[in-house]
Amino acid sequence: MYLHALEGGLLIGFAASLLLFGSGQIAGISGVLGSVLERRPGAWRWAFLGGLVLAVLIVRLAGGAVPGQLAMGWPLIVGSGLLVGFGTRLGSGCTSGHGLCGMGNLSTRSLVATLIFMLVAMITVFVVRHLLAGG
Amino acid sequence: MSTTVRKAIPFVSGLIFGLGLILSGMTDPQRILAFLDVFGAWNPSMALVMGGAIAVTLPAYTWVRLRGHSVAGVSVTLPDRKTITPRLLVGSALFGVGWGLSGVCPGPSILIAANGLLAGVWAPVLFLLSVIAGMLLYAAWSRRGSNVSVPGSAQTSGL
Repeated sequence: MYLHALEGGLLIGFAASLLLFGSGQIAGISGVLGSVLERRPGAWRWAFLGGLVLAVLIVRLAGGAVPGQLAMGWPLIVGSGLLVGFGTRLGSGCTSGHGLCGMGNLSTRSLVATLIFMLVAMITVFVVRHLLAGG
Repeated sequence: MSTTVRKAIPFVSGLIFGLGLILSGMTDPQRILAFLDVFGAWNPSMALVMGGAIAVTLPAYTWVRLRGHSVAGVSVTLPDRKTITPRLLVGSALFGVGWGLSGVCPGPSILIAANGLLAGVWAPVLFLLSVIAGMLLYAAWSRRGSNVSVPGSAQTSGL
């Protein structure tokens, strides 16, 4: 588990660096998806998203699994999805753009953003799992 | 670098990014929630994903920032905004709530939706559609708001 986490992290960092070196672009997924939705010019974003989807295809064809079970009802799925979409666009980035690229770029804004969304997410989990569920 | 190779780079980058997310376990909401559950059965393994990735992006960004252009000669304008704006704070906090409730951030949301489509599981598809709806809501809201706020503020994407 720990080795895979480290290896996966290195791969992600390599992919983000490749995009920076080869295309001069930032691998921030909320920015890529949001810009595509706003129909901004930039065919590279479609190519990047296509690559992400191909990764799923390859892993499945190779007999692997992509664990992604959402153990919650649809109102919570919709509500949390809306918050993730709106929040990442308002805050100009998510785990990839702020957390990996922005921190790599030593950006104060990204450091602040990353600390906030991680802290708020930890508090949210604490409230849901330990306060509301009664421990 | 030939044009063909250069045009393939975003696609290859997306592919490697996706494989990294799957290998690392980032697509598993239960793993993410266990990482965020610092007061419960904390699973710190996800910190290694971020640590491993930054170990690569830090030298890469430093190098490009010092040179001002990419290896392929493409000029790079890295975000240089320094201001901590209310938008940055509120947006990141809203994202934090959504991430803490679901255990899914934007990258994994695309991957598990694609996987859900292929496997006939609809919850992850609904999640991605909700993320997209949230982004479209923001786009509509920022267009309306741009009439009264600082000109161009909706266009800047300062990381």
